[in-house]
Amino acid sequence: MKKDWPLWEVFVRSKNGLEHRHFGSLHATDAVMALENARDVYTRRNEGVSIWVVESKYITASNPSENGELFEPAKSKVYRHPTFYKLPDELKHM
Amino acid sequence: MNNNNLYNYILGIADNTLILGQRLGELCGHGPALETDIALTNIALDLFGQTRSYFQYAALLVGDGKAEDDVAYMRTERNYFNVLLVEQPNTHFGYVMGRQFLFDVYHLLLLEGLQNSSDITLAAIADKGIKEVTYHKRFSGDWMKRLGDGTAESHQKMQEAIDDLWRYTDELFQLTKADKAMIYEGIGVDVSNFKEAYYQEVSEILNEATITVPENKYFTSGGKKGIHTEHMGYILADLQYMQRTYPNMKW
Repeated sequence: MKKDWPLWEVFVRSKNGLEHRHFGSLHATDAVMALENARDVYTRRNEGVSIWVVESKYITASNPSENGELFEPAKSKVYRHPTFYKLPDELKHM
Repeated sequence: MNNNNLYNYILGIADNTLILGQRLGELCGHGPALETDIALTNIALDLFGQTRSYFQYAALLVGDGKAEDDVAYMRTERNYFNVLLVEQPNTHFGYVMGRQFLFDVYHLLLLEGLQNSSDITLAAIADKGIKEVTYHKRFSGDWMKRLGDGTAESHQKMQEAIDDLWRYTDELFQLTKADKAMIYEGIGVDVSNFKEAYYQEVSEILNEATITVPENKYFTSGGKKGIHTEHMGYILADLQYMQRTYPNMKW
């Protein structure tokens, strides 16, 4: 039975003001079940205030074999990091 | 003990959550899928949490240094007052969901009444449990529809499960001596009042799940009086083993 259940990716917002983050994946037959399963698998220890689920097949991923052209050119460009700014202390989650 | 009726009334509620929790706990590690397994165990833990609150209160009434574990484990079969429905075995997943659903609808109606109890402890326990049980009902109700309106095989199994479990539903609404005494005092909930609402709500979900509502008018009961089905002895053997082997042990 289980091999027929599609895979879903789970995103959880841990608290208001934060973004949804990828928590993991699970199996479910439909979106309603995916939400309920996500609630039971990933938020049973009070981890979240909001859940998104999306069927994994709808995620388009970059190809690891193209990592060279995609990511390596940025490695040598340290000046793109905004490390020269002073951030006020009140600013969090940057 | 002056509060014998109150004590028995609490057991009449808490033994249901204890035994159903125990039944669901048996499935830990055996659910049909990892996700469903965790969901059932979560429900079991919710039920045990509620049971503990009730038994802590019951132990206070007994006094004499008794604790929740004494109430939970140190009774003989005839002194457990859970309904027959919750002790029925985990025949298959559809059966487990059917049993859960038939209990959840009742359970939520009970807690909604109990939160208005003049006994503030019971009202507080009910108030805390309502959110948990609302989710239980949503979970089991969704599975009723998924299985009832699923494949030909899942439909047939769900129909057979409901046909089989139906006979235990009437007992939910029978009043015990303790029930009557506690209703009189404004503490207890008159469950016979929401029998109609229960069958209406259950029938609506069953219709949506394409399950035929059984017309069977033969009902069986006894659990509320301590007279159980043949399954109860095995449940208690499991449940009580540790306390009987190692008396007064604690986690």
